[in-house]
This record gives sequence, structure tokens and C-alpha cells, in this order.
Amino acid sequence: MKLLLQVFLTFAKVGVMTFGGGYAMLPILQREIVDNNGWATEEELMDYFAIGQCTPGVIAVNTATFIGQKLKGTWGAIFATLGVVFPSLVIISLLAGVIEAFSHLVWVQNAFGGIRVCVCILIANAVVKLFKKAVVDIPTMIIFLAVALGSIFLSISPVIFVLLAAGAGIILKAIGGKKA
Amino acid sequence: MIYLQLFWEFFKTGLFAVGGGMATIPFLYDLSDKTGWFSHNDLANMIAVGESTPGPIGVNMATYVGFVTGMQDAGIPTAILGAVVATLGLVTPCLIIILIIAAILKSFRNNKYVNNAFYGLRPASTGLIAAAGITVVAANLFFSDVWSRGNFLGAFNWKGIALAAVLWVLTNVVKKTKKWHPIVFIGISALVGIVFQMG
Repeated sequence: MKLLLQVFLTFAKVGVMTFGGGYAMLPILQREIVDNNGWATEEELMDYFAIGQCTPGVIAVNTATFIGQKLKGTWGAIFATLGVVFPSLVIISLLAGVIEAFSHLVWVQNAFGGIRVCVCILIANAVVKLFKKAVVDIPTMIIFLAVALGSIFLSISPVIFVLLAAGAGIILKAIGGKKA
Repeated sequence: MIYLQLFWEFFKTGLFAVGGGMATIPFLYDLSDKTGWFSHNDLANMIAVGESTPGPIGVNMATYVGFVTGMQDAGIPTAILGAVVATLGLVTPCLIIILIIAAILKSFRNNKYVNNAFYGLRPASTGLIAAAGITVVAANLFFSDVWSRGNFLGAFNWKGIALAAVLWVLTNVVKKTKKWHPIVFIGISALVGIVFQMG
């Protein structure tokens, strides 16, 4: 029980210190998990992080769940997951309440008008970064374009695109030979 | 029962969003179109808040959407219920999948089919986020209602486009500012928005 509580608190700490998720989390995990608690070695942590990236879902949550599972089985996984989302729940609920209360003010609306422009650029930058890693040849370029255009012009759930793309990946690699 | 639906929608998001935080965004646009619980503008605001607060962005988005959706039901108590339900919905598939993978770890990482699936999944996920990005750009840098009336120059949000151009240079070209955290640019944009009345 004591260990479970410690798992929860440690991952809550990781959650608070992770700004933006994903890669921002790695140095914090290294300090908390490897250096401070000795719950995993550097190599193990990199493995968990790699698996967190190549499984569906939020990378930070996946990595936390994995470490929790290794430490204390299913309960460890549950406590680590709850720990990593706990700060978001508290902070966002407080902020959302405040923003809702003030959203009718003209200057708040103006501020968000500017902020939404910034969001355009943040998403564009994220897309460019992902594009460089994901689009490596002509077939992946075709998948990228087909999904982007399909998603804009057809009202199909993203779920369908994801399932089709996974199938396409397996089939393309099977046809393309043994490079995989 | 919106809470069941909220849980289920975020369960799907957690299950099918591949590639971290931003990958949840297309699912949220889909949810907005489907349910009308929140607008595209709300969503862009939430992305900004999710990026500028601690915690993984995907989790922040789920909490925020759940909060706003629950708020419409019966105020703050149901807003908190909505936030909890949406967040748990998002992380439940992560929990299940990781528990399964932990049991079969070695064979999973070296599995040919898993790797091949990701060959297709990565560009698809990027395409979905690009499409969501285009929706945000269309909503914030153009006025489609003015466009349809034939006033082409008036259809561009010139203040927004100017700010976007400056932000692009600061985040991609200028060496000194490139590494700054997004929260800095969001803060600058908020100030510019207030000064130039961009609401």
C-alpha cells in the first residue's frame, strides 16, 4: 500500500512537471524514476518510453502505466495512471471554471482571438515535425495526402482512417518485400 | 446520459489516437461536429490552455472537454464529473493495452506486423492532424461568411495573418526564440490580441 501511494505521488509529480507531454517528460522521468527511486534502469526507461510511443493513446500515460505495472502489477499500473492524470484534472478544472466565468469580457475574447492564431502555428509546427518522421517514401506520402484530404472533405470518423492506415501499412510492407 | 457517451467517445480517442497529444485533436473536432457540445472556437481555446498548463496535452484536452460538456448539464459539480469521466475514458484503453503488452513485451516490440502497421499509421495520424490544423486556420485567419459574399480581400483576417507570420518566423527561423516554450508564444499572442482587438 505504501508503495502504491508512492507510485501515485511520484507520477502526480511527473504530471505536474510535464509541460506539453511527450518528449518533455523524458528528463523528468529519468530524474524521478531512475535517479530518485531506482524503479528502473536508464535502458528500461527508454524501452518503456519507446513502447509508450508505439502504442495508441497518450505517450505520457502509456509510459507511466508501464512503469507502474513493472513495479506492482495491475494495481501499480492503475495508481501510476491515476497519478499522472491527477494534476491535469485539478488544474484544468480550476482554470476552466475561471475562464468560463470571465469569457464574456471583451478583452478576454480579444486575448483568445490572438491565442487561436498562435494555436494555428503550434499545430502547423507539430505537423511539420511529425511529417518529417512519418512521410519517408511515396506510399507514406499517398497515405498522408489521402487521409488529410479525406478528413477535410468527407465526414468520416478518424477511427476509420486509423484502421485503414494500419491495414495499408501491413499490406504495403507485405507487397514491398522484406525490407521491414 | 451524456456521461456514458463522454466516456465512450474518449475511450475511442484513447484507443485510436496514435502519436501523442496532438493526435487527439482530430477526434475532438469530430466530436464537436457530431454532438455540438462545444464549438470549433472553444476547441482552439482549449488547445491553447492545454498547451500552457502542466500535464500531458491529451489528458488536459480530455479534462477540459469533459468539464465544458458537464458544465452545460448542471453547473460546476457535473462539470467536475464530466472532467473525471472524460479523462478516465481516455486513459482506460491505455491501461488495458499496456497491461496486455507488458505480458507479451518481447514479442510485441519485434513483431513485424506491429511495425508494419505503424508504417501506415504514422502518416495517417499526421494527415489527420494536418486536416484539423487546416480547420483551425480556416476558422481563424479567414472569414468564410465575408468570402461567400464576394468580398475577397475582406475575407482575410489580416491582423491574424500578420501575427501568424511573425509567430512562424519566431518558432522556425530565429535561433534565439525557436527553443522557447509554447506558453511564451501563447502569452505574447494573448497580449497582441488584446492590443489589436482580435476577438
